[in-house]
Amino acid sequence: MSAAATTIAHEVPPQAGPRAFLHRLRRGDEIAHLITLTFAAAILLITSLLVYELWINSHLSRTHFGWAFFWTKVWDPNFDNFGAAPFIYGTLVTSVLALLLAVPLGLASAIFLSELAPRNVSDTISFLIDLLASVPSVIYGLLGIFIVVPLMRTTFGPLLIHTVGNLPYVGALFRGPNYGVGFLTAGIVLAIMVVPFIISVSREVLLTVPREQREAAMALGATRWESTWQVVVPWARTGIMGSVFLALARALGETMAVTMVIGNAAVINTSLLAPGDTIASTIANQFTEATGDLYLSALIELGLVLFLITFILNGLARILIVATERGGGRPA
Amino acid sequence: MEKTTSPTIEHKQRLTIANLNFYYGPKQAVFGLNLKIPTNRVTALIGPSGCGKSTFLRTLNRMNETIRNTRVEGEVLLDGQSIHALDVVGLRRRVGMVFQRPNPFPKSIYDNVAYGLRINGYKGRLDDLVEQSLRRAALWDEVKDYLKKSAFALSGGQQQRLCIARALAVDPEVLLLDEPCSALDPVTTAKIEELMFHLKDSCTMAIVTHNMQQAARASDFTAFMLDGHLIEHSETSKLFTTPTDPRTEAYITGRFG
Repeated sequence: MSAAATTIAHEVPPQAGPRAFLHRLRRGDEIAHLITLTFAAAILLITSLLVYELWINSHLSRTHFGWAFFWTKVWDPNFDNFGAAPFIYGTLVTSVLALLLAVPLGLASAIFLSELAPRNVSDTISFLIDLLASVPSVIYGLLGIFIVVPLMRTTFGPLLIHTVGNLPYVGALFRGPNYGVGFLTAGIVLAIMVVPFIISVSREVLLTVPREQREAAMALGATRWESTWQVVVPWARTGIMGSVFLALARALGETMAVTMVIGNAAVINTSLLAPGDTIASTIANQFTEATGDLYLSALIELGLVLFLITFILNGLARILIVATERGGGRPA
Repeated sequence: MEKTTSPTIEHKQRLTIANLNFYYGPKQAVFGLNLKIPTNRVTALIGPSGCGKSTFLRTLNRMNETIRNTRVEGEVLLDGQSIHALDVVGLRRRVGMVFQRPNPFPKSIYDNVAYGLRINGYKGRLDDLVEQSLRRAALWDEVKDYLKKSAFALSGGQQQRLCIARALAVDPEVLLLDEPCSALDPVTTAKIEELMFHLKDSCTMAIVTHNMQQAARASDFTAFMLDGHLIEHSETSKLFTTPTDPRTEAYITGRFG
């Protein structure tokens, strides 16, 4: 085809039919569209399949226990009596504890790394933090067993019982026997696990805040800290919240490390020092030894419940982000 | 080497800059600069890109100190006092700044203006001062019904006037403007120039611009910089009609830059 012919071909409006389609294919648009659409659809498909499988396989348990599954406090394989309440409680309590510990720590570290530390120090530490984020959770479980559990049993547990344990109201959270394993221990190990995510993502987001924002604050007589806390952090808040929700998602679903330090007891206990269990941990522990169809079905329904909790919390997270953007939103 | 016709002997000088050198690491950006910035007047700094005019402006509120690995030598006096002896936070409250691109905070219009007042512990009625500042920045009529809206809902020109209002709220003695109109259209630019004219009653201004028409229209005195050196400084009308240095003439007639 000569150069002149090519020029003319471009002036002619695209024709219908296979030739035109092939022509477009050659340009790559159509292919790119198709491939990205397929992959995007695959995500949706995988999610639907997951829910479908959980739904079908939990049929026995769902029909047997009904809605009561959510608030039944008993989990007794011997008598085929199953309720999810202790595990829902354990999952939420350990995740909330993890965030309470990890968010201040992570945010403070991220601020230090992005705003105060010299660039090369910041980059070195960030590299190590990214490394921490990729350590397998079983390693964190071992860390919990060999360091956190003994510390809780001998030092922190008794300390908490004898100090805040004596206070009215909050004291109830720190009473009773202290085995070293339990909600608080699991929360601490989870916090250690999720803090690298918070630091890593928050630091990246803080580094993208425009220089002009810091300078605008300082030009008005703000101190460095005021400019950081009142201007830089609010600018980055959407991204920081994103890092927190990423951490929450990991904490909710974490299995191995939690199983190793939570005590694996299907009970609801006010004391954070008491043993408990989470949904993911229970499924992992009991799935292979689940005898009987109802037992297995109940475990699968637990999986469905965990999916539901994750779904609801993610939805709430979206709403929270939209709400905080109001009145002070910045261009996306 | 600079030919400075001492501007207006009868006039008070708000800022006196003596033998100022500035370095980015080993690279010197401003060379032995001497300049007086008269009170309640607009002084324009012109020159080709990279001539050091913005760098120089940013030494006046010590904003360059936020950049690592920089160094300043020489003296800058604010009302006879060395700015390097002053507390930097207090200095920046007295010497406000408006930046090249509008940079409102991700807060409401009201909170943007109130920000400087709040951090400086202002005890009076915030509402009054916010309104007054927005009026001084000629923005009040356009935003008075939307004070709780995000500052990003405003147009670029409105955002820049909001930034001026924000700077004015803490009542600075000096306002530094670093190419404040370079991102704005001509109509908005005219509004800001008019605004500067009215602000002269209460404020001393130094404006960096590479728009020579703007310098000619809006300033009382003009300083021409080239490669980090101050080449010429005189009354604006004089500098643009009868420049004494051939390089100044070459620049204002558009032969380079």
